[in-house]
Amino acid sequence: MTTQIVSKRHKRFTGKKVSLTISAWVLGFLFFAPYLQMLLTALKPQEEITSIPPTYFPKEWAFDNFINVWKEIPLGTFIKSSFIISMSATIIVMFIAVPAAYYVARNDFRGRKPFLFLVLVTQMFAPTALVIGIFREIVKLNLVNTYLGLILVYAAFNMAFSIWILSSFFSSIPKEIEEAAWIDGCSRLTTLTRIVLPLSLPGLATAFIFTFIAAWNEFVIALTLTSSPEQEPLTVGLTALIGFYQVQWQYLFAGSLIAIVPVVILFASIEKWLVGGLTAGSVK
Amino acid sequence: MPKSVNRKSRLGALPWIFPALFMIFGFVLWPAFEMIRTSFQEVSTSGITEGWAGLENYRTLLVNPDLPNVLIRTFIWVVGIVFFTILISLPVAQLLNAKYPGRKLVRWAVIIPWAASVVMSSTIWKWILDPYYGVLNKMAMDLNIFTEPVDFLANPKHSFAWLMLVAVFVSIPFTSFVILAGLSTIPDDIVEASTVDGATAWKGYRHIKFPLIKPALLVAMAINLINIFNAFPIIWVITGGGPGYETDTTTTLGYKISFRDQDIGQSASMASINLIIILVFIGIFLKVSKSQERNS
Repeated sequence: MTTQIVSKRHKRFTGKKVSLTISAWVLGFLFFAPYLQMLLTALKPQEEITSIPPTYFPKEWAFDNFINVWKEIPLGTFIKSSFIISMSATIIVMFIAVPAAYYVARNDFRGRKPFLFLVLVTQMFAPTALVIGIFREIVKLNLVNTYLGLILVYAAFNMAFSIWILSSFFSSIPKEIEEAAWIDGCSRLTTLTRIVLPLSLPGLATAFIFTFIAAWNEFVIALTLTSSPEQEPLTVGLTALIGFYQVQWQYLFAGSLIAIVPVVILFASIEKWLVGGLTAGSVK
Repeated sequence: MPKSVNRKSRLGALPWIFPALFMIFGFVLWPAFEMIRTSFQEVSTSGITEGWAGLENYRTLLVNPDLPNVLIRTFIWVVGIVFFTILISLPVAQLLNAKYPGRKLVRWAVIIPWAASVVMSSTIWKWILDPYYGVLNKMAMDLNIFTEPVDFLANPKHSFAWLMLVAVFVSIPFTSFVILAGLSTIPDDIVEASTVDGATAWKGYRHIKFPLIKPALLVAMAINLINIFNAFPIIWVITGGGPGYETDTTTTLGYKISFRDQDIGQSASMASINLIIILVFIGIFLKVSKSQERNS
């Protein structure tokens, strides 16, 4: 009977379904369009970019822009810096957030509430709001223009989210599984690494990718704490090109796309868990 | 917390949470403290502290003739963007949640501005809006909307509106995914039941779905509030806050004072006022959302 109702509804709403599909595709296109424009510009030769009137599609497809960009701007160095900084910050966050989140999820202890409150406070402080303080501190620590300065700041500001999301994942794992492992003689740490972590892979992946992307995309702190092309991450290095009297837009956008595509793929890969993870965060 | 676990002493927790505490105190709370302290200090242009300044930095800042306009603009910026972001994200989330061919692709497309760096999204918008080579002018002229190329960013009022549009564009993906997360927790039978009861689509949404996604919506609003108040790259890349200070918000103004005018002390006082403003925003928000909860 249920199938009958469903199939009836299907027929009745065919027109509605078509308009729904079309509006969803239009929506998707609207969000995609600026990046398509980025790609089309990255594929135009210099003369065509500065021709009036502008063209929608390249008259001449300059695919070699994506090869020349590595020579025209220090893209390799920028990517190397961005990767080292983001990866290190993410690894630090994971090593710090996993034990904290696990302990908070599994134990009641004096100071649990204040600790969670502190974590929440960090989540409310955007690094942008504290940029002057961060700058003064990093100057005092003599870490200006170093990877380490950025790594520490990114790790500190992205930890809260990971602790939050991981502790909600850990709490959702039945305690009985762990208790069984204890009876078998496993220590706390072995239970965590052998039982809990494999079961929380979606949470770990979400926390990992979120932190990595946040560090990869950060701009203000990097702009403030770095000033040499050797240490600048991609976001700062690429935008510095806009300041030049003649912007080489094709290289700027080719470089941007090389930076954007991997993170979009990473992000899309956790889409399934993203929704679940955000729900966990919003219910808590 | 399950009762079977004994309340443990603080010391037992320490090895597990100490590293996190160290990072929070060392790199979040210390800079916050340092910033507030600096706001009461006299700092030379080369960054050397020359002693206490009392309220001098705040006084210099408050007599800045541009400040009132910047404050008003910041208010419009935050309220306007959060409002339009939520307003548009609600139907967007509906579309992301509905079933149709290619939904996965549509979701991925909407993810792009969220995953991409805001700096790079701002750069492409700057290029799209370019008066000579920008595609928007080209399209408007091809559609005969206007005959001469228009410099969208020439008039500060217009350019500020464009900045807000870009901010809404980059905020919608996150917001609609949070709402989507709320929508996906609603069991299908609740929606089915309301349809069987003969509720119209709008009524079903307004009275059944909307109250259920409200918690997710409030989280999205709070996070947007903080993000948008601190949104820096959009303004920095597209207009640089110019001409003059005419498209600055307090965030970009503070940055200009410190890293262009080299007045760290005054800028720290701007940033400290910013902290207070954001606390007020959040306070009002919490109050409103609490009273909303009581009403419903």
